[in-house]
Amino acid sequence: MASDSSLAASLSPNTPPDVATRAELSAIDASTRWPVIVFLVSSLIWLLVGTALALVASVKMHTPGFLGGYEWLTFGRARTAHLNSVVYGWSVNAAFAVAFWLMARLSRTRLRHPGLLLIAGGFWNLGVTIGIVGILAGDSTSIEWLEIPPYATPLLFVAYALVGIWAIITFRFRRAEHVYVSQWYLLAALFWFPWLYSIAQIMLVFAPARGTVQALVNWWFAHNVLGLWFTPIGLAAAYYFIPKVLGKPIHSYYLSVLGFWSLAIFYNWAGVHHLIGGPVPAWAISAGIAASLMMVIPVVVTAINHHLTTAGSFGALRYSPTLRFVVFGAVNYTMVSLVGSAMAIRAVNEITHFTHFTVAHAHQGMYAFFTMVMFGSIYYILPRVLLKEWPSAALIRLHFWAAAIGITVYWVDLSIGGWIQGVEMNNAGIPFLDVVRHTLPYLWVRSLSGVLLTVGHVAFAANVAWMLAAPRPAGATAPTLFRTPPALPVAAK
Amino acid sequence: MNRGPLIFLGIFFALAFSWAGIVLTNQIQYGSLTPFYDEAEGQLFPQKPSGLAARGRLVYQDLGCLYCHSQQVRRPGFGGDTERGWGDRQSVARDYIYEPRVFLGTMRTGPDLRNIGARQASADWHYLHLFDPQLTSPGSVMAPFPFLFDYRRVVGERSAHALPLPADYAREHGLDRPGFELVPTPRAVALVAYLLSLKDTFQFPEARPYVPPQKTGGAR
Repeated sequence: MASDSSLAASLSPNTPPDVATRAELSAIDASTRWPVIVFLVSSLIWLLVGTALALVASVKMHTPGFLGGYEWLTFGRARTAHLNSVVYGWSVNAAFAVAFWLMARLSRTRLRHPGLLLIAGGFWNLGVTIGIVGILAGDSTSIEWLEIPPYATPLLFVAYALVGIWAIITFRFRRAEHVYVSQWYLLAALFWFPWLYSIAQIMLVFAPARGTVQALVNWWFAHNVLGLWFTPIGLAAAYYFIPKVLGKPIHSYYLSVLGFWSLAIFYNWAGVHHLIGGPVPAWAISAGIAASLMMVIPVVVTAINHHLTTAGSFGALRYSPTLRFVVFGAVNYTMVSLVGSAMAIRAVNEITHFTHFTVAHAHQGMYAFFTMVMFGSIYYILPRVLLKEWPSAALIRLHFWAAAIGITVYWVDLSIGGWIQGVEMNNAGIPFLDVVRHTLPYLWVRSLSGVLLTVGHVAFAANVAWMLAAPRPAGATAPTLFRTPPALPVAAK
Repeated sequence: MNRGPLIFLGIFFALAFSWAGIVLTNQIQYGSLTPFYDEAEGQLFPQKPSGLAARGRLVYQDLGCLYCHSQQVRRPGFGGDTERGWGDRQSVARDYIYEPRVFLGTMRTGPDLRNIGARQASADWHYLHLFDPQLTSPGSVMAPFPFLFDYRRVVGERSAHALPLPADYAREHGLDRPGFELVPTPRAVALVAYLLSLKDTFQFPEARPYVPPQKTGGAR
């Protein structure tokens, strides 16, 4: 753990790295051990479940007869179960684990009452399980991103309340004088999500609003789940791990302030761009488009901050798995956000709306950005809470390349296919079934990229299982890197 | 930015702003939109759906139809919606006021269904299409829904809803046993009733395309 002291160094360059700091961080890591393990193992199981459902849905898209006789796996349900298991199962569980590990470390305080978080983990995963089974059984609400049936959502809310209250307690007990940028994002995300979720549940499920007000509430929620929950957690992790692994401070403090507040102000208005051309007030759509374009500010600012921190240290990408995954995610955050702003322009949206282009965009955001950052974070966190190293660098390498190539093929392929689909669909001279036929090659390639992603996930799961099962080494060990960097001699086992 | 309460106030007002703007303002602006009384027709539009169609809407919801089919027609000149015959006019907020859950949709893997009841009014076509989309739309990627149908022995008279399968299709798929028929289950009947109820074949003043006023001359 040669780079632990660089946390202090990245906050204040004058802090000398010392043994006491390392021991303190190690004690903080140890206090998060069981909650981190419970949430990460659950997230991994959901990742595998979600991947299997994704493959089924993807194959059905070009070969509709595949498993056609099973009602519970019909496309509308398999696809929805996939979305909910990767969003609420994989992504939220991983986000929870990374969020409270980061929060404890950055607040320089032990995690208090970790048992509470284990209860939260139990409630959350029970809620998601009941929700997914409910969707497959036909109880979906058919409200995008809120399909989990109403009998499971109170469980999620209880779990969330426990995690949120706990995070605020940890922040209140902070001993670090400085509040690091990652903590702003974590606090904001943990506060925003329950607000979004409870309003959406009330106005859509328990006491539905009239008519298309529902659509506005739906997309205010669904876009903000990405923008005000997953994005801040992903950015918090990127803001922590990039300087951490490189052992140098973030490029600019002032840019991080600007990036944070501009994201907070603009992102939450952007969701209405999902309704361009739809039967909702035109002013709301225009406001959504304006906010989507203003998102260029936080995105460019954050990009400068992340990429200029990495610049000059590209060599480190050859060694550190954490850095490679997180930087891949950060680069994709820049790309996907700029594409997203462009998609909100009416002339572009006229083509991309209602097509696979949007699907490609969603996967670039949730996978190429968020999921890759979570993978990188897990590669850093798990050895520190388990006090063991990753057993196989080869499996990490396989995971990285399968995931990186798989998701890049995925979004490039579906973006092209979706664009063609959109252009053809707007030309009434082309029969609809021809438009469908022309998307088929892209749908096949999507399934192939899905196979590649599956290979990566299985490699990752195998490495985690192997690590959990392996005995804890007696003495100090070297971190598992892709290859040994020349400047950093590694102690012999 | 080291003060917790200040950061908290900032993040509170950031979301409060959009919550008040997008959610509350729209709820106040048109959250209690009323139907329109058409004096020429002497009735209110839109009309409330029948009980059977309301049950069919739940089948539409549970099978996840909206993930491939939108229910909104964009205005003429924006996309090809009206040119494709998906509706005579654009959809407006008033069209949806009696829908307990609005299925606008965000994907058109299949065509828009806002006016499918006007475009394809034959229940038999819908039954065949749901049983196996290849029967009516070869090359379609729509999921088949064989589980919405019963292959059963004819008891007494043949069912009025029995599917008119083409003879060679029935032979290939082993659905040609004498004395048997393929009939829709009650869920399929409800779903088709719902699909046939989807038609906005009435006018609202706000749905007429906007014609910009002529700038040249004084002629009206």
